[in-house]
Amino acid sequence: MAKQHANWSPYDNNGGSCVAIAGADYCVIAADTRMSSGYNILTRDYSKTCKLADKAVLASSGFQADVKALQKQLAARHLIYQHQHNKQMSCPAMAQLLSNTLYYKRFFPYYAFNVLGGLDNEGKGCVFTYDAVGSYERVGYSSQGSGSTLIIPFLDNQLKSPSPLLLPAQDAVTPLSESEAVDLVKTCFASATERDIYTGDRLEIVILNADGIRREFMELRKD
Amino acid sequence: MFRNQYDTDVTTWSPAGRLFQVEYAMEAVKQGSAAIGLRSKTHVVLGCVNKANSELSSHQKKIFKVDDHIGVAIAGLTADGRVLSRYMRNECINYSFTYESPLPVGRLVVQLADKAQVCTQRSWKRPYGVGLLVAGLDESGAHLYYNCPSGNYFEYQAFAIGSRSQAAKTYLERRFDNFMDSSREDLIKDALMAIRETLQGETLKSSICTVAVVGVGESFHILDQGTVQQMIDAFDIAGEQEAPAPEPDADAEQGAAAEPGAGADQVGAVDEGVAPMDI
Repeated sequence: MAKQHANWSPYDNNGGSCVAIAGADYCVIAADTRMSSGYNILTRDYSKTCKLADKAVLASSGFQADVKALQKQLAARHLIYQHQHNKQMSCPAMAQLLSNTLYYKRFFPYYAFNVLGGLDNEGKGCVFTYDAVGSYERVGYSSQGSGSTLIIPFLDNQLKSPSPLLLPAQDAVTPLSESEAVDLVKTCFASATERDIYTGDRLEIVILNADGIRREFMELRKD
Repeated sequence: MFRNQYDTDVTTWSPAGRLFQVEYAMEAVKQGSAAIGLRSKTHVVLGCVNKANSELSSHQKKIFKVDDHIGVAIAGLTADGRVLSRYMRNECINYSFTYESPLPVGRLVVQLADKAQVCTQRSWKRPYGVGLLVAGLDESGAHLYYNCPSGNYFEYQAFAIGSRSQAAKTYLERRFDNFMDSSREDLIKDALMAIRETLQGETLKSSICTVAVVGVGESFHILDQGTVQQMIDAFDIAGEQEAPAPEPDADAEQGAAAEPGAGADQVGAVDEGVAPMDI
């Protein structure tokens, strides 16, 4: 007799896509605001982004209950850090903390696919991309979630340096201006919305730079 | 203090029904430099005197931010105060995490008092040698509590602890009827006047005192030196010097001798930069 499998899962996938792009002195983090379950839409107005520190913003798709729990954990740990060090956490520090927090639950993971964006200690944009158990890497741009398979190839085409065999390699940090990066993000989501049923409704864009933090919204197709 | 037969252990009662170790712990509070607190309906102000051991060293941190809505000023063994502040911060974070709302001040002081009581009933422990003025704001309004080493706590309209606190208390007793309806500025002014009372003639400058405020729409934060000095000048408080220069020296010596044995007088330089958590 084959092993019986559970007819109940502790996880659900609420869909959605996240993107982050790092610039020379800015970082753009974006996510759609649709929350779904199966073929149903639960709400068209749910934020997947969370400001963890002055210079670190997290965008996560996946199971939003786990995402919320993860955000709360990180926020509490950040408070403790501030008490002990008398300052806010830097983005690279938060990146390591996020990785450790995820791996802590290696054998009952947070079903969260994360992209952390912000400014590093030198003020340059940085993006860190994760899997569900904390493996992470600093990159110039990344996408996670249901639309990521559609978005990443497009960003590769626009931002990635061609193979070093053809042309000399470029810096990971994008040579785009802030407004160009924001437009690129809007284009990504407009395209992903067309073909991914779980992405749509509205796009929330968070822009981090030396002047502080700014938020923009764009309507997406609702079908 | 005279040596007593019944004061070796905190778990030994005296025939008169006293626990001497607990009372000695409360003496430690009286030896620390002064801390004062006062509250109105909407704000609570904490102030303390910063006495450095010598000109070469920095002064100890006596006011700690516990959460956005709670702060604490301590007098006595500063090391004990630091440890208790860490406990309070932890409690606030855990409560916030579970209930997504700020920990009510009254609950926090009870937890603190229970923690202090434990140390009065274990033979392998000693009471905390620090008195805490807890200032906080919650749904039921602005509160000021005093937690003492015995495990007792009281709510106050205004209070002062530490050395020469009686002078401040006398000042506050005369004025406290008006505090409930005071404006924020008047409350801070009264705090500065009370601090000045404890200095006994020494000029009041922002370099020797620290003031912190919490209120409706205002997170707990320590006022920066510039602002405090402006207020001292504006209210013309620095003014009345009864005694000439020799007094401050005598005061400094008294202050230094008054924090005995604790040894924790060498603390790292106070961070006066732009710190989001003004601890």
